[in-house]
Amino acid sequence: MTMDAVAILIEWGPYLLGGIALTLGLVLSALAIGFILGLPLALGQVYGPPVLRSLISVYVWFFRGLPVLVLLFLFYFGLFPALGLDFPAFVIGAVVLGLRGAAYQSQIFRGGIQSVSSGQMTAALSLGMTPLIAIQCIILPQALRISLPGWSNEYPEILTDSAVCYAIGVAELLTRASQIVSQTYVTMPVYLACAFLFIALNYAGMYVIRRTEEHFAIPGFGANTVQP
Amino acid sequence: MTEKFILRLEDIHKNFGDREVLHGISFTVKKGETIVFIGPSGTGKSTLLRCINQLTTPDRGRVFLDDEEITGCGQRISQYRQRIGMVFQNFNLFDHLTAIENVEIAPIKVRGMDRKAARAKAMEELRRVGMADWADHYPAELSGGQAQRVSIARCLAMDPEVILFDEPTSALDPELTREVLEVMKELARSGMTMLVVTHEMGFARSVATEVIFMEGGSIIEQGPPAEVMNNPKHPRTREFIGKIDHH
Ligand SMILES: Nc1ncnc2c1ncn2[C@@H]1O[C@H](COP(=O)(O)OP(=O)(O)OP(=O)(O)O)[C@@H](O)[C@H]1O
Ligand SMILES: [Mg+2]
Repeated sequence: MTMDAVAILIEWGPYLLGGIALTLGLVLSALAIGFILGLPLALGQVYGPPVLRSLISVYVWFFRGLPVLVLLFLFYFGLFPALGLDFPAFVIGAVVLGLRGAAYQSQIFRGGIQSVSSGQMTAALSLGMTPLIAIQCIILPQALRISLPGWSNEYPEILTDSAVCYAIGVAELLTRASQIVSQTYVTMPVYLACAFLFIALNYAGMYVIRRTEEHFAIPGFGANTVQP
Repeated sequence: MTEKFILRLEDIHKNFGDREVLHGISFTVKKGETIVFIGPSGTGKSTLLRCINQLTTPDRGRVFLDDEEITGCGQRISQYRQRIGMVFQNFNLFDHLTAIENVEIAPIKVRGMDRKAARAKAMEELRRVGMADWADHYPAELSGGQAQRVSIARCLAMDPEVILFDEPTSALDPELTREVLEVMKELARSGMTMLVVTHEMGFARSVATEVIFMEGGSIIEQGPPAEVMNNPKHPRTREFIGKIDHH
């Protein structure tokens, strides 16, 4: 690397680093939206009436079936203007990533719910729990634990997907990197720095998730099954 | 004067598809009785127990708990289920909860008992089944016999009027079977009303007030254990007892 590139990285570093806030903002909002919508979608798909189940299948099929960039354009140029909503690109990006994440997360949670053995529900009902209490106190705590490993893949997925928000001008990492490139004509060092930051975010996030997994670990679930 | 029955079944029918697996079962249970159900596999014993607490809805017939009809009661069924405990062949302990949490969760979530009182009660029930020392262990850390005793404690914590046992020792080896049967005998002696599906003839002989032999979805013969088991009237009963007693 030339001294030139180092000087430019130092000069523009703070601006690039500022992109972390937006990238993380996109990722965390998308994960949250995905969770808040994905869990009810999963419950609806397992316990809901047939009509609701098919509606949810259509939702999942739609959001998983389109390239994320296409979704982003449909919402940014189509849906939001059509609804007369003049939201910042960041919000639209987070919503699209979140709605898409909800489709993926709902399938992770659905798998988790369905892999709780049916005897758990039977036992809960036999004690006089209503189906709602049984789902809340018995099924979900187990289903979420079972889902956690699959769920943790959502973070790197959304983190990498978030870079498409470049296309609608959200000032996240990639957008800032390419702005710096067009200002300075220094290319690879800047994109490498950008790549490094994505990897660092990936690593840090996975670290937090693994800690969470350990925190909620229970004998009989996942890797640390204890034989009696 | 009519006798008072804690549980009464009238003409229970159950179909799966177009196959009828229960052909009109009727019987009555008085407080403190232990009824033992025996019969070949696939005869409908589990289905019958599940029809009592409506985990399976019978297609015809009525079930009364203490003279209140519980068939067709809709959402109120969860109130009746609080009064009818059930113990399963494979325990069905809540895998994400420790032994004591398994026992206290229904009193807390269903009855709204405060946590401290529920914990004390749960501990008392665990002591009753000899599992107090294992209170903080998860189901995956318990032997089958221990898990089954915890599941009995889980029932007891709701102060049920009747407990249904569906082959509670079938998944256990003889050593562990014994420790579970001990607990059940103690319960019977203490006056608990119990309906038990089991192949444990020794248990039937020593604690049953009545033995019911079922086959093909019907009651073939019923009576005191000495009669049904030593002196069966029906040839099918004789054959079944002969087969099973040699084990
Ligand atoms: N959910 C179900 N759907 C369809 N058929 C069922 C269902 N549950 C039970 N059956 C059938 O009903 C019949 C009675 O079953 P059940 O389990 O009540 O018998 P059982 O006497 O408890 O037998 P076992 O000694 O093997 O436990 C069997 O033929 C079984 O295949
Ligand atoms: Mg059975």
